[in-house]
Amino acid sequence: MKRLVVGAHYGTTGFLAQRVTAVFLAAYVLMLGGVLYAWQPNTYAAWRELFSRGWMRIATLLFVTSLVWHAWVGVRDILMDYIKPDGLRFALQVLTLLLLAIYLAWTVQILWR
Amino acid sequence: MPSAAAKKLRPKYLSLPAILFQIRLPPAGWVSILHRVSGALLVLPFTAWILYLVDASLASEQGFARVKDHYLQLPIVKLGALVLIWALCHHLCAGIRYLLIDLHIGVDMPAARYSAWLVIVAGLLLTALFGTRLL
Repeated sequence: MKRLVVGAHYGTTGFLAQRVTAVFLAAYVLMLGGVLYAWQPNTYAAWRELFSRGWMRIATLLFVTSLVWHAWVGVRDILMDYIKPDGLRFALQVLTLLLLAIYLAWTVQILWR
Repeated sequence: MPSAAAKKLRPKYLSLPAILFQIRLPPAGWVSILHRVSGALLVLPFTAWILYLVDASLASEQGFARVKDHYLQLPIVKLGALVLIWALCHHLCAGIRYLLIDLHIGVDMPAARYSAWLVIVAGLLLTALFGTRLL
């Protein structure tokens, strides 16, 4: 017998996405830490040059995209656990998505000004 | 006749005060709740804060000087940066622990207890290490 379990897929997708993005996030943070330690961009010119490099822009955009996805799964879990009224939880979820969309758009604006 | 188990309210929600004050948490429980707290802090306000700082410092020479020589020198900002450093270090260390447990590494009780302590201590030590750079 075929059973239709509505909405049962997003948990697995979220679980996997949270872990795959976690690896990207950790790799970027360690890479950035290494770059900042090695290059010490203490002047405006050096700081600006760092973020004008193509690979840095792409890595940073990939980082924030992963961050937004990772944060969505995490915040959704927190809201589902602690916010009991359905309406309030839904409103907070919408606000979270809005905030994360702003983060992503802001990042694009910063990187390609 | 309904059994006692069937009468229990499900799902069972645990309130944050109950987790913090009524239930004695093992170290793995502390790692878990602090992973949530640090994660929430990193989403808001810290991501917004970092984006604001990167935006302002990349916008112009004056913006860079303002952020580096004035804003980041304020004591309250340094305190905020210290909390940010802790949240990032704890979330990263705890996250690595969870990824390893997902791979069935360190699942048994003594190993999990040891790694939980390790994450808590490493988070604080790394915060102290990077925190001295703020002085």
